[in-house]
Amino acid sequence: MASIRDIKRRRDSISSTEQITKAMKLISTVKLQKSRAKAEASKPYYDMMYDTINSMLSKSGTIEHKYLKAGDSNRKAVIVITSNRGLAGGYNNNIAKLVQQDERLEAELTDIYAIGRKGKEALGRKGYNIVQDYSEVINEPLYRDASDITMELLDAFGQNRIGEIYLVYTSFKNTVTQIPTIKKLLPVEMTEGSDHADLALMNYEPNEDEVLDSIIPKYMSSLIYGALLEAVASENGARMTAMDSATNNAEEMIEELGLIYNRARQGSITQELTEIIAGANAIS
Amino acid sequence: MADLFKLQIITPERKFYEGDASMVELTTEEGEIGVYRGHIPMTAMVAPGILKIHEEGGIKEAALMSGFLEILPEKIVIMAEVAEWPEEIDISRAQEAKIRAERRLNEKGGDIDIVRAEIALKKAVVRISLMK
Repeated sequence: MASIRDIKRRRDSISSTEQITKAMKLISTVKLQKSRAKAEASKPYYDMMYDTINSMLSKSGTIEHKYLKAGDSNRKAVIVITSNRGLAGGYNNNIAKLVQQDERLEAELTDIYAIGRKGKEALGRKGYNIVQDYSEVINEPLYRDASDITMELLDAFGQNRIGEIYLVYTSFKNTVTQIPTIKKLLPVEMTEGSDHADLALMNYEPNEDEVLDSIIPKYMSSLIYGALLEAVASENGARMTAMDSATNNAEEMIEELGLIYNRARQGSITQELTEIIAGANAIS
Repeated sequence: MADLFKLQIITPERKFYEGDASMVELTTEEGEIGVYRGHIPMTAMVAPGILKIHEEGGIKEAALMSGFLEILPEKIVIMAEVAEWPEEIDISRAQEAKIRAERRLNEKGGDIDIVRAEIALKKAVVRISLMK
C-alpha cells in the first residue's frame, strides 16, 4: 500500500503533466486554425490545376508523353510527409504503417524523400533507402520548396533513377478526422469518364507537348504544396486531439488519486485515534 | 465600353484577383498578348512580365512571373506561381537581385546557372519596371 506521501507526490506530478498537455493543446488549437486557413486558401489553385490537367489528358488520350508512362527503372520514389515533433497521437505512425503495408513499395526498391524527421527515422529503421531529407520544410512550407522538390524528383525521373513517384501524407478532413493518403504523382493518371466537351476546342501554345512539359511539373508542385499544407493542419489537429485526451486522462487520474489520498488520510487518522484511545485505556 | 469577361488569377497561396475586365495584357512564352472577350479557347505558358488588367474603372498592374493561363471565350484563368501587386514589391531587393544576376551572367558558370540567372534577371527587371 502506497504511503500518503507517495500518493501526494504522484498526484502532483500528474497535475504538472496536465498543465503541460493543456498548454500544448491550446497551442495546437491556435496553430491548427492558422494552418487550416492556409490549406483552404491553396485549394482553388489545386482544384483548378487538377481540372486543367484532367481536361487536357482526357482529350489527348493518344498522346505519347514521357510523364504519362512509367520510367524504365523499377525503383520507386516516395515523398513521405510527417512531422518533426512527436506527441501527436498516431499521426506519424500511421504514415509509416501506410508505406510499409503498401505492396507496391518494397523496402529494397523504394527511395524515400522525407519531409519530416519522424517519418524519416521510422522508415530508416525499417530498411528503406532515405535519399533526401527536407525536414526543415515542414516547419513553414513554401510553394518554392514544393517546386524545388519537384525539380529534383523530375531530374531523377529523367535520368531513369526512378520509374514512379508517390506522395504519402495525411489529408485533413476536419479537426478530428485526418486520413493517411497515398497518391501516385508520376506517371500522371487521371480519373476516367470525366466530361469536358466544352474544352474540346482548346488550343495550346506553342503546342500540346510543350505545354504538358511545363504544366505537369507545376501540377506536381501544386500537389506537393497542397499536401504539405494539409499535413501541417493534420499534424496540429492530431496533436490537439491527443493532448485533449491526455488532459482528460490526467484529470481522471487526479480525481481517482484524490479519493485514494483522502481514504488513506482518513485511515491514518482513525489509526492514530485508535492508538491514542488504546494507550489512554491502558493507563487508566 | 468593351464587353467584359471574368478574370481569375490564382496563386498557390491565395486568390490573387477575381473580377470583370475588358482586356488583359500579359507576356507569354510566345510573346506579349492582349486578350478581349470572345478569344478562341487557348492554353499558354506565362513568361515573366507585367500584367495589365483593364477594368471599367481603370488599369491595374501587377508583376506576373510564371505559371500558365487558360483562355475561354467568357472567362480567363491565370494560374500564377508567382504574382505580386506593386505595393508588395521590395524595390531595393529587386535592384540588388538584378545586380547579382548580372554579375553571375558575366562570370559564366555552368549552363544551368546561366538559365537560372537569366530568369532571376528577367524577374528583377519586371519588378523594377513595374515600380517606375
